[in-house]
Amino acid sequence: MHAYAGEYLRPDQQGHKRTGMLAAENIVKRFGDHLALDGVSVTVPPGKIFGLLGPNGAGKTTLIRIITRITGPDSGRVMFDGRPMTEADVAEMGYLPEERGLYKKMKVGEQALYLARLKGLDKKEATKRLKEWFDRWEMGGWWNKKVEELSKGMAQKVQFVTTVLHRPKLLILDEPFSGFDPVNADLVRTEIMRLRDDGVTVMLSTHNMGSVEELCEHIALIDRSHVVLDGSVKEIRKRFSDYTYTVDFKGSHVAFANALAYLGELIEHKEEDGTCTARVKLLHGSSLNQVLAATLPSVEIIGVREEVPRMHDIFIRAVSTATPQQVPAGFTE
Amino acid sequence: MGKIKLIIWREFITRVRKPSFLIMTLLGPLLLIGGISLVVYLGMQENGIQNVVVIDKAHLVTNKLHDSDDIKFFYEPAEMSDSVFKASPYTTLVEVNPLILENNTVQLFYKDLPSLTVQNYISREIEKVIEAEKLRVNNVDPVTYQRIKTALKVQLFDIDKAGKRSYDQAKAGIGFAFGYLIFIFIFLYGVQVMRGVMEEKQNRVVEVLVSSVKPFQLMMGKIVGIAMVGLAQFLLWIALSVVLGTVGLSFAKDHISASALKDAQPQMTTQLQAQIDQTKAVQDQDSPNEELGVMMDILHELPIVPILVLFLFYFLCGYLLYSSLFAAVGSAVDAETDTQQFMLPIPIPLMPGLFIAQTAVYNPDGPAVFWFSIIPFTSPVVMMVRIATGNAFDHLGELFLSMGLLIATFVLTTWFAGRIYRTGILMYGKKVTWKELGKWLFYKG
Repeated sequence: MHAYAGEYLRPDQQGHKRTGMLAAENIVKRFGDHLALDGVSVTVPPGKIFGLLGPNGAGKTTLIRIITRITGPDSGRVMFDGRPMTEADVAEMGYLPEERGLYKKMKVGEQALYLARLKGLDKKEATKRLKEWFDRWEMGGWWNKKVEELSKGMAQKVQFVTTVLHRPKLLILDEPFSGFDPVNADLVRTEIMRLRDDGVTVMLSTHNMGSVEELCEHIALIDRSHVVLDGSVKEIRKRFSDYTYTVDFKGSHVAFANALAYLGELIEHKEEDGTCTARVKLLHGSSLNQVLAATLPSVEIIGVREEVPRMHDIFIRAVSTATPQQVPAGFTE
Repeated sequence: MGKIKLIIWREFITRVRKPSFLIMTLLGPLLLIGGISLVVYLGMQENGIQNVVVIDKAHLVTNKLHDSDDIKFFYEPAEMSDSVFKASPYTTLVEVNPLILENNTVQLFYKDLPSLTVQNYISREIEKVIEAEKLRVNNVDPVTYQRIKTALKVQLFDIDKAGKRSYDQAKAGIGFAFGYLIFIFIFLYGVQVMRGVMEEKQNRVVEVLVSSVKPFQLMMGKIVGIAMVGLAQFLLWIALSVVLGTVGLSFAKDHISASALKDAQPQMTTQLQAQIDQTKAVQDQDSPNEELGVMMDILHELPIVPILVLFLFYFLCGYLLYSSLFAAVGSAVDAETDTQQFMLPIPIPLMPGLFIAQTAVYNPDGPAVFWFSIIPFTSPVVMMVRIATGNAFDHLGELFLSMGLLIATFVLTTWFAGRIYRTGILMYGKKVTWKELGKWLFYKG
């Protein structure tokens, strides 16, 4: 075990058996000399959007491939809907890989139909659902076009539709927004949320921390083959909060600093149009109330807000950069 | 099972729908027949009229050689120097030395090497004159000589097939043609499997697919689908060839009998011709019919149904063996340029197979033929020769051993290929080495 493994886990999460739509339990996967996953456990709660985060080469794609049964774990198991996953569950999953594409020479409709039927839909039902999707996403005229005639964004739309067409219970999306312009990215984002509202469990792997904040209720962060962070986004952001507040006030910042004394540390301050803005980190377990009480007589407080850490910062803080990553070339992440 | 059917269907239909499939189907037999015809035609063609000047130092042949349409004889009694010959309009110079009756040798000088047909014609013409002269000198009656002269025909009989003439050689040739076809098909369609796998990898569609089906299903679906394309093409070729062949044969039949009669005529000098015309006429009329009879006999004797069944077996199993290896190579490489290194060793065992099959035509019972018809990497090509001659049916144990080994080997190679394939298709941007491929075999699924 690496020293940092589990550092950010709450005590009640460590080794605690949890249930969810999907749970990977103690997954170990080795490629030759490279340990891709070392005892990884994640639980995806049902009906939620779950973010699977991690730097390149951390083992995300390997974990996803184990969940989608593209490859098998050396040890550990995957639970689906509360029971050990079987081959048949693959039909209940929709997987949009990061490395994705379509047959260039095949016609769009034919190809979508083919992929849908590989997922077990019969031809009639698949055709019906495809027509609905094509209407809804205004792709009606594409049916008889070859994929090579489509733009990259158009092809991505087709790809997304084929991923969700068989109405999977679990949707695994690896960098779903790449290749989309902002308009279509929004379309996809709305669609993901709509699917979530319909009860679909979504596992989202992305480097786009903005969409993590926007979409995910839960995350797990994998770094160098281990889960280093796991829990609800709200709770994690709170956990990473370092009790820093931004205080806007009118008056002298020297007076403010003096009044603050040892209750808090003045990290930085600036003055603009007669209004001072100070960043204060609470010290020695003092509370915001104490700070306000101490400073109010000296300056006129205009506003106070807590600095909630962004996922971006949490990511960087959680991922130790002390040791170089041992990633063999060729494993895409 | 339903999924694998879908994959097979896609692989089949997307290829059969391509215009290139139709073109190949139509062009295949035409190219084959056209190619053979062209070779025969070109071989018979001469580059213009041959003017042969004969320096008749023996004073024997002058004015006795017969001109043909393309070959004209001229006679010079005296020596002609090289420079004079070079400047002359003659194309070829034949020097008949005074001692020709003893040494049976003439010397032929040329500007451009005359074809074998021309050489044979000249030599035959001179031969006839020399023969006639020898008959005269030795006081032998030409008719008597003609009766004595013997062109021995050896008819082959296999002791195990009592009382029937054996055409093993011709049948071996047919077997070789089947073996060659297998060789071509394995190569043609094996490479298609490789390209198909590479296409899926380069398109990045493969990970989407393997989230629905097992990589092994995907690989087998492709292999089987392309095999069906090959079979469809083969059946269409057979159908087309039968049609073309029937038309061609009936055309050739009229042609052969006519030309054979004509060709057989100028075998004797004119003086002799009249005397032996009667005897010859019988022979001449016989030969074309006899040839056709032999052809019919061979076709009749050829175990056509077992040949076709075993051809399908050896084609399919040989193809499965090699195409799985091609699939493994296709999965392992990223770019077309990398394929060479891994593709090259695959068809190497097929080459000696083809070579041995060729020798098998002349010596179907040799030890090399035996071994190469047992070894699975070459047996699809070599065994076809033994099957066509019927040799394989006399040694059923060997045939079954060969078939069994082939099945076992393709199961094994498919298994190996499957393991490389499932790792290879998901591997991008990595320069693959042989050592790396070896490691993939032992990754846990």
